[in-house]
Amino acid sequence: MTLVLVEVEDGAGNGAISEMSREALTFARRIAVPLDALVVGRAAAGVAGELGEYGVSRVYEASGSAFESYAPAAWAAAVVAASEASGDAGKAVLAAGTPRGSEVLAHVACRLGVSMAANVVAVENEEPFTVSRQVLGGAALEEMRLDDATVVLTVAGHTTEAQPAGTAVTCQVQPLDVAVSEQDLAARVVRVEPGEADASGNLKSAKVVVGAGRGAGGPGGFDDLLELTELLGGSLGVSRVVTSLGWRPHHEQVGQTGNRISPDVYIPCGISGAIQHWAGCSSAKTILAINSDPDAPMVTKAHYAVIGDMHEVIPAVNAEIRRRRGA
Amino acid sequence: MASVPTSARVVVIGAGIVGNSLVYHLARLGWRDIVQLDKGALPNPGGSTGHASNFIFPVDHSREMADLTLDSVQQYQEMGVFTESGGIEVARTEERMEELRRRMSSAKAWAIDSELLTPEQVQEKVPFLDPSVIVGGFYTSSVGVVDSLRAGTIMRERAMELGALTVVPTVEVVGLDVEEGRIRRVRTDGGDIEAETVVIACGVWSPQIAQMAGAQIPLTPAVHQMISVGPVPVLAEREGEISFPIVRDMDTFCYERQHGADMEVGSYAHRPILHDPEEIPSIEQAKLSPTEMPFTAEDFDQQLEEALELMPEILGDEKAEMRYAINGLLSLTPDGAPILGETPEVKGLWSAAAVWIKEGPGVGRAVAEWMTDGLPEIDLGHSDIARFYPHQRTREHIRARTSEAFNKTYGIVHPSEQWSSDRSSRLSPMYADEVARGAMFFETAGWERPHWYESNARLLEEYGDRVMPREHEWDSRWWSPIINAEHLAMRDRAGIVDLTAFAIFDVVGPGALDAVQRIVVAQADVSLGRVIYTPVLDERGGFRSDLTVMRLAHDRFRVVTGGAHGMVDLKWFADRMPSDGSAQVVDRTSAYSTIGLWGPRARDILGELTRDDISHTGFGFGTCRDIQVGSLQVLASRISYVGELGWELHLPMEHGAKLWSMLHEVGEGHGAVPVGIGVYATTGRLEKGYRAYGYELDSERTIVEAGMQRPKVKVADFVGREAYVKQREEEPRTVLCTLTVDDHTSASGTKRYMLGGEPIVSRDGGPLVDGHGHRPYVTTAGSAPSLGKHVLLAYLPPSEAEVGNQLAVSYMEELYPVTVGSADSTSLFDPDNERLKA
Amino acid sequence: MDVLVCIKRVPDVAGSVALTEDSMDVDARHVGYAVSPHEECAIELAVQVAKATDGAATVLTVGDEDAVEQLRDALAVGCGAAVLIEVEPRRYGPTDVAAAIADVVRDHEAQGRSYGLVLLGNDAADTGDFQVGVRLAYELGRPVVTGAATVEAAGESLVARVEAPEGAAVFEAPVPAVVTVMEGGVEPRYPSIPGRMKAKRVQIETVTPAREPVGSGRVRLHLPPVPPSQVEVLGKGAEAAPAMVDLLERLGVVR
Repeated sequence: MTLVLVEVEDGAGNGAISEMSREALTFARRIAVPLDALVVGRAAAGVAGELGEYGVSRVYEASGSAFESYAPAAWAAAVVAASEASGDAGKAVLAAGTPRGSEVLAHVACRLGVSMAANVVAVENEEPFTVSRQVLGGAALEEMRLDDATVVLTVAGHTTEAQPAGTAVTCQVQPLDVAVSEQDLAARVVRVEPGEADASGNLKSAKVVVGAGRGAGGPGGFDDLLELTELLGGSLGVSRVVTSLGWRPHHEQVGQTGNRISPDVYIPCGISGAIQHWAGCSSAKTILAINSDPDAPMVTKAHYAVIGDMHEVIPAVNAEIRRRRGA
Repeated sequence: MASVPTSARVVVIGAGIVGNSLVYHLARLGWRDIVQLDKGALPNPGGSTGHASNFIFPVDHSREMADLTLDSVQQYQEMGVFTESGGIEVARTEERMEELRRRMSSAKAWAIDSELLTPEQVQEKVPFLDPSVIVGGFYTSSVGVVDSLRAGTIMRERAMELGALTVVPTVEVVGLDVEEGRIRRVRTDGGDIEAETVVIACGVWSPQIAQMAGAQIPLTPAVHQMISVGPVPVLAEREGEISFPIVRDMDTFCYERQHGADMEVGSYAHRPILHDPEEIPSIEQAKLSPTEMPFTAEDFDQQLEEALELMPEILGDEKAEMRYAINGLLSLTPDGAPILGETPEVKGLWSAAAVWIKEGPGVGRAVAEWMTDGLPEIDLGHSDIARFYPHQRTREHIRARTSEAFNKTYGIVHPSEQWSSDRSSRLSPMYADEVARGAMFFETAGWERPHWYESNARLLEEYGDRVMPREHEWDSRWWSPIINAEHLAMRDRAGIVDLTAFAIFDVVGPGALDAVQRIVVAQADVSLGRVIYTPVLDERGGFRSDLTVMRLAHDRFRVVTGGAHGMVDLKWFADRMPSDGSAQVVDRTSAYSTIGLWGPRARDILGELTRDDISHTGFGFGTCRDIQVGSLQVLASRISYVGELGWELHLPMEHGAKLWSMLHEVGEGHGAVPVGIGVYATTGRLEKGYRAYGYELDSERTIVEAGMQRPKVKVADFVGREAYVKQREEEPRTVLCTLTVDDHTSASGTKRYMLGGEPIVSRDGGPLVDGHGHRPYVTTAGSAPSLGKHVLLAYLPPSEAEVGNQLAVSYMEELYPVTVGSADSTSLFDPDNERLKA
Repeated sequence: MDVLVCIKRVPDVAGSVALTEDSMDVDARHVGYAVSPHEECAIELAVQVAKATDGAATVLTVGDEDAVEQLRDALAVGCGAAVLIEVEPRRYGPTDVAAAIADVVRDHEAQGRSYGLVLLGNDAADTGDFQVGVRLAYELGRPVVTGAATVEAAGESLVARVEAPEGAAVFEAPVPAVVTVMEGGVEPRYPSIPGRMKAKRVQIETVTPAREPVGSGRVRLHLPPVPPSQVEVLGKGAEAAPAMVDLLERLGVVR
């Protein structure tokens, strides 16, 4: 039996299964059907219909005081309990490759004494069970063998298209008794503080981000970019080299280890497009690159590009916008 | 994106400082239809120019490099990208301080304003430097920093404004097509370009590109480490990019250069880290740029400690962080000089590589001039790509020599210092015997040549103080009084010299006479068996070489020239052979060994070994012919570079050892001794006032200035004739003179002996300036043991070129009185050449 | 409180990735090695927490002898001691790494050096296992927080902030604990020259693990195909400005 830990979107009137969990469900059907699912810390009834469409015949619901605030070990206890309840040999436990999915499944793997494969994109072979997974921020793939009786893996985001099953099944909600120890609650969330907008103009939620890289040339090379940012009502994001050189503050960084952004328009200027940066901006809907190198990875991966020195292009664009607004 | 044109007058590959300078100067000189390619993006395509420290210290011991640097500075200034900062080379040791005094000599010789500073004076200029660590400094106010990327952009733009240039960045060269020995086509990933002239200005990538055409550019990419530390408050509070002089910490091989609020520390002290050109990462693979490789911190730790010692206040600040650190790649060559000129392998394919920021624009101009009419204003003899022998182009040799050269970047390099790596590449047939005689070998073009023989130490007693011993270690380094003893023994009796290192080539064919006649200044239409000594000029009447030519047959001439310069001479001749193939050049260097036998007893010695007539009437001066020496057939040539009776004996390489031992066997009875190159190239020739190419003679000198004009100019046309005739009609602007040192005693009482390169000044130390605007300096210095004098050659202003004129030479910042002994080619020793014609 | 920070020497890949001939590793000859930004922040946090609690920060790595370079880098920015668990890295999977670190933590504890906090990066930049910190916590029987931007000691417990789009989740956990760090909460510092000098003089403790590794399960690496470029070039240089503003108007960001 295949078990998928499902994350449900928070927020008013939402309550839907998260996009990445739907991707994980789609992926899980390639391993074995029917599927079991687990929802932790909230009622599963609201998502049972949708889970059925994705081929889930049974959803475990772990709720109660132990799950009121997030404690990863308690969640892991729930996953293990669900996995035991679902019975069967040759089991698989999956979650989306989100921070929470990765964290909980790492706990699960420890509790089961098995390996875990993170950010899996494909099953390569059933016997021995072999997967491909992202390493180096997606720049390379690793074929990895999982020899344990229970396979534990997370599914890399945006690599499997979420698709309902051909035929929907009826999904039963089954409450789950989970024995949560004091120790499982030792590390837990005690409060959530709402995010504050910073000087980067709330980079993560900005609709337009103007990006700057080494091509800015120095700490004094951002004036035109900041003007463009202001004209577009967007935020400034920078590559890692810019923060490393101390040209701009750290919280403006976009990349694998910085902010992961998903604006409507991203305008990277003088950014070559190292894999770490790409990992942070690839979710942008439209990318318009400005770069003097037409072969820069950022340019070849972009939707649109202007070839030229950013210090020539940006002032001209600013002037053009001002001119049109003045007219 | 500019597309790749299908044809071009010239393709310049590379858009670093060299390529950019070159396209500008080519355009300025009238070239059109120039295409410049680079695989990187502009303005910084990722080569060494992009991470250069961009500072310029103009003083260099080499005149060629000093001239190129000064010209570059002028060009940078004109473009408005030069910021004068001043620069100080500091000494931590007395030995280094002596070297700084020597740099003062070079500064004066090239007319660069410099001064020596006490530690306290250094601190006044650089307040954060600890004066207790140093013993002094050498300050040059004209040191500065440039924006080499901006300069490149300006030069490209100027070429484009002239309508001469198309620049195509981000296009990679994938092949060079050669047809019938000539470059025809550049193949790129953006299409092919037909071109008859192609320049490789690709820095560390040059060997790979040249290889595509089957040519070799012998350089290797090597690491130069640098870090940037900051922000430093003391620096941050001053406006601008640079407000303190750049400091070169010479003894630790490091420099400290301000960069706004940061201090950049660079080093040449670490182990040589060489890369193969094919190991350089692609632009896509590189983290920063292909030539900014990952920093290897442990190689730099020692330098950090020393830099901290010198500038504890700013570098010891815990808040000053090392934010940028790279192993930057730069190009090193086996002899440290750039690699410029048309490749010997492929016509129309030029190299402009291994060039630093400080000489980039000067090199661009000189190479452009060379490409235009063959006449760069600055002589590029030491940088000519043709200088390398095949073994000097091998990977092993390049790596061995560049490893050794790397730590010489800031080293104290004695003018006679010998390489220690990859020696014994070329051995004469008598090498084993020379080793047995205790030869001290110096290297020329890979040849091991005895400079003197320890076995001759016994002569020291014979000659006593006449060997002119030198007290000071620096003056006597790479020198021995035995040289002078050998000299005296040769003058008294006879000397036997191994000259196997000569480069020898024949010009053969029905058109040989016309071809030779057209190349050399002297009359080549001489009877068979004549030997001529002749200058070779360029079109402007400057020296390309001086050499001897033997007429061996109506259709065969044999050229004998120095080993060091032989490959360049060979190319010069080969390039000027008739296109109909009626004459050809054949290299015979490896076929022949040469032994010189000179001295008053030379005829007696040779006479014992041959039945041929070698009397003065039977074998006159300036003739050559085959004689039998014992069982050997020998081509004997009666000339001399040491002013004595005797012969150059040429014979097949395999016979060399036998002749050598025969001469010694018989010679011993006549008191003959083996004589090294110390005599042949210095003491012997100096006493005779003979000029040497590369010292007194180069393309910036004329026959008239060198005092070598003959009464008549030959009627037949030759390269440089028109210019030479004109030079004869004008007053010379400078005159080569022989001077003798009157008193060697320094202030400390030690007798000092100049080694060459020192400025000649008025008796009271005032500067002299010749008609070219140049300051006089010593081109060759050495003992004249027969005269008991130390002799200097120097070009003087014509008004000073008078026998008996009293001047001074500045050596290690002290003045020594000198007197002009000869103001033309008249020799101080045996002025009437009686010995030669004995 | 003494803090242990665990780091990993990884290829400093930025551009295209090259693989070794056997496809088992990244070919890092041209790019060199580094520690990931997460771990640079972990080092900074280790130094800060140790300083705030009058403790010392020790840095540890599991790797070959070349990884000493990364230990020295950490020593140069404020760690006081360093441990190299010397192994052949490719034979070690996440389980093995966690076990080897746990053995050292226990050994040090037996010698009287106990770490109230063990910090690691959230995930290794090269292998991306997302689990070593958690496995280490299970080996040691300690609570664990992953993905923290900051961590502070508050008496007998730790407060760690995990940044998420909706805000920061503040975790509490009792000491001793394990925390893995995500970049963004602190600025890693660069070494000063005096720091680098100090680092050079530190004697590095080298440990050879007792247990045989089980491995990572790696079969091989391969590179995903590069999708063909679909870029539409609007123009060159300043002349492209009107075309670019036209596009921005169509996309609705310029009005």
